[in-house]
Amino acid sequence: MILTLFISFLKVGLFSVGGGYAAIPLIQNQIVELLGLMTMAEFTDLITIAEMTPGPISINSSTFVGMRLNGIPGVLICTLGVVLPAFIICLTLAFFYYKYRNFSGVQTVLSALRPAVVALIAGAGLNILLLGLFNADKTSINFGDFRIIEFGLFAGALFLLRKYKLNAITVIFGTGVIGTILYAIF
Amino acid sequence: MNQVNKQENAQKHILWTLFKETFLLSAFTFGGGFVIVSLMKKKFVEDLKWIEEEEMLDITAIAQSSPGPIPINASVILGYRMKGILGALVAVLGTSLPPMIIISLISFFYKQFRENKIIATALQVMRAGVAAVIFDVVINLAKNVCKTRRFLYIALMVVAFVATYIFNISAMVVILSCIGIGLMDVMMHIRKKGETA
Repeated sequence: MILTLFISFLKVGLFSVGGGYAAIPLIQNQIVELLGLMTMAEFTDLITIAEMTPGPISINSSTFVGMRLNGIPGVLICTLGVVLPAFIICLTLAFFYYKYRNFSGVQTVLSALRPAVVALIAGAGLNILLLGLFNADKTSINFGDFRIIEFGLFAGALFLLRKYKLNAITVIFGTGVIGTILYAIF
Repeated sequence: MNQVNKQENAQKHILWTLFKETFLLSAFTFGGGFVIVSLMKKKFVEDLKWIEEEEMLDITAIAQSSPGPIPINASVILGYRMKGILGALVAVLGTSLPPMIIISLISFFYKQFRENKIIATALQVMRAGVAAVIFDVVINLAKNVCKTRRFLYIALMVVAFVATYIFNISAMVVILSCIGIGLMDVMMHIRKKGETA
């Protein structure tokens, strides 16, 4: 049983390219449909929880399933399945990257790639900002839902980061505490 | 003898810092792979000055293009860069442990957790802080792309943003296209050199 689980999560780890949301259908297929280890309702709950807690959805799923079926050893084995392919593949890529990155041709190609990465990060940032300000994604924004408290927190946090180079975790944790207090008052 | 001890301590210190920082980043990273990459950039490039900004962007591109969760992929490469295979192991452990611990605990009372009002509010407002951190990082990154003063790079940044954000083209397609454009750029350099020689 535990071996089946390990292999299922190995597949999830191996075939989910492009992070988070690419893994969801794979996990659904392997764990809900093929093995029946979770019901669809539980899986939907898991996605909600995964959005609320830190960490990649595939690790959240492997931990959740592993814990329910086999306690801590289950968690370790399922998570190992998700992480192992990534570990081996990225280690190989890292080896080649550090071996060849100083070649001028490689540098030219990488230089064309970096601006696109900046754009990808910017897109992710904008998505989270919209989620924060309107509690909706870009396809379903309703400007009537604008949240002034979140906007104030965002502006204040950005100011502190730019001007005083505050630590990122302090800022994130701080907005959580201050925002919750503000919501409790108003 | 003393020298050897000192070196050993410095080595252990890097591993410990690597573990501590990846653990903390992972514990506070809500909202997907690119968030943790922004935090890594702030921590390992700006604060600790372990790696260069270009390197972090390259790591991000590789992490996005390989199978597996982006934070795990980025940790493997970063760890390998700092301390080889041992470093990669330590960084992956640091990144995996927080979600494992949190979900293990929550799995027993996840219904209550999901329906708790205070937790829901805290998580909602925290997004404003996360967005601020990413914007801070993106402003610095975009400035540096503009500083190259190469039309090609600035155009690639704008086009990549419009393509992924407005037209929902997958990140993978954009990355592969940019590699293609980079390769053409290399060929043009070679041809130019040939003409002047």
